[in-house]
Amino acid sequence: MLRFLLRRSLLAALVCLTVLVISFALTRLSGDLATAIAGQGATAADIAIIRHNYGLDRPLPEQFLTWAAAAAHGDLGRSFLYHEPVAGLIWARLPITLTLGLLGLGIALVVAIPLGIVAALREGTAIDRAAGLIAVIGQAMPSFWLGLILIIWLGLKLQLLPISGLESWQGYIMPAVVLSFSAIPSLMRLTRGGMIDALAADYIRTARAKGLSQGSIVLKHALRNAAMPVVAIAAVQLGFMLGGSIVIEAVFALHGVGYLAWESISKDDFPVIQAVVLLLAVIYIGLTLAADMLNALLDPRLRTA
Amino acid sequence: MNVRALSGFAGVAVVGLVTAAAIAAPWITPWDPFAQDLGARLIPPAWMDGGSAAHLLGTDQLGRDYLSRLIYGARISMMIGVLTVLASGLIGITLGVLGGFFGGLVDDVVMFAITCRLAIPLILVALTVVALVGSSLTVVILTLGLLLWDRFAVVARTTSMQVRTLDYIAAARAAGCSRTNIVLVEVLPNIAHHLIVVATLEMALAILLEAALSFLGLGVPPPLPSWGLMIAEGKDYMFFSPWVIVIPGIALFVLVLGINLLGDSLRDLLGGRAAR
Repeated sequence: MLRFLLRRSLLAALVCLTVLVISFALTRLSGDLATAIAGQGATAADIAIIRHNYGLDRPLPEQFLTWAAAAAHGDLGRSFLYHEPVAGLIWARLPITLTLGLLGLGIALVVAIPLGIVAALREGTAIDRAAGLIAVIGQAMPSFWLGLILIIWLGLKLQLLPISGLESWQGYIMPAVVLSFSAIPSLMRLTRGGMIDALAADYIRTARAKGLSQGSIVLKHALRNAAMPVVAIAAVQLGFMLGGSIVIEAVFALHGVGYLAWESISKDDFPVIQAVVLLLAVIYIGLTLAADMLNALLDPRLRTA
Repeated sequence: MNVRALSGFAGVAVVGLVTAAAIAAPWITPWDPFAQDLGARLIPPAWMDGGSAAHLLGTDQLGRDYLSRLIYGARISMMIGVLTVLASGLIGITLGVLGGFFGGLVDDVVMFAITCRLAIPLILVALTVVALVGSSLTVVILTLGLLLWDRFAVVARTTSMQVRTLDYIAAARAAGCSRTNIVLVEVLPNIAHHLIVVATLEMALAILLEAALSFLGLGVPPPLPSWGLMIAEGKDYMFFSPWVIVIPGIALFVLVLGINLLGDSLRDLLGGRAAR
């Protein structure tokens, strides 16, 4: 078990390092950063001063090492736009994005798991096909468009929910529902597949032979075994949802990390972009690592992998 | 006709129709999709009050015919879908087959590449690349192609791993075939049916992503009639003229739904038992 943990942690650290290099390289794609920072109308002398002040005149590997060493100590640089430390900017906005992601995942699980169970119990019937149809529709729905339609319908026509911002907790409802759409199809299919396999297993036949009730068989015996991959994928989905919330935050004008990133991209605020890419990658890597470990804890067969 | 056949048929019909419209766009559009007519702005579709038969789906905020823009938009979506899948498929299948067929260290490297790719936030990096390099159709296709290869790689790797141990590979090896020959002639054709299903999924995803990027202002540049861009441009008028965002949104949804249904029925047709 210890070897397994060590191997996985080492791999996670290596992936982090690679993403660090990629996110650094990404912002150097544009060629001359100093010109971009200086903006239009800057003289050659201005650009030279900026280049020197930001350390952009030093060799790329040195720039990378300086940035990476600072990042490892939690210093993610200063924003060109806000003239504040990037870490503080992100820290202030992280709760919004995390709340949105967790709410979205919660809604997705509450919808997907019962739907998957019912579809598995009624495999091949009209109910199963209806559940499959819901998954296909969820997969094809453009999230930003669904958001706009809900704004028009629930926000403006019926005036049930606020159309943007976060003056009250109700501001989270529409964005979280829209975000959950992206996770429902895969979670539903996985629950259904896992339940179908579990229900066909020998221990279920034993449970039935013992005369246990259908409810006890489904919820206690089958679901417990089918739930494991769902938990793992839910963690991965949360990572994807935090990354995807950039679109939702833009639609609903929620000032979370995604909105900050979008703003920074359109205004060439490179330190912020680098930091958000890194943060989202680290969260994703952490979540998958946690899911791996949880699975290995629950199922000793996986530890040799 | 059962439900499965029906949904497969719907998928073929939608994809076929949109492809035909995309190819025939110059001949079937009633108006020039770029021609502005400021005297005829935001005319509603023909079936609504104030609509006119001249503009079946109405006009946008610059008086451009919405039906014509929608049909040209199909061209952009289909181009994005097909070309992105070609690029990402090339990368992903190469990596996946290398890892799955050769195993060992090669496989470790491929697995590592897949893990890194999944850790990179997709939309954020795509937006950044487009913002830095400059937005154009080519840049969007290349960016998405470079990012969407992970599922191709995963599926190509697992399937070629299964195929590797089969008798006909051993037979080909005994007959003296080169490794390249075995991969190209024996492995690829036998995993192709799995890859075609992945291709439909990725095509749908690429089309949705392009729309999202264009909606955020960092995808296909105006005045090109990308459906995502049409929704972004209509956003300011959606409260009084909701159809300006409803129409391109439905087009996007129906096309992606059609591609997914096509993929599902291909899986049923080609996948045999795994179809479940």
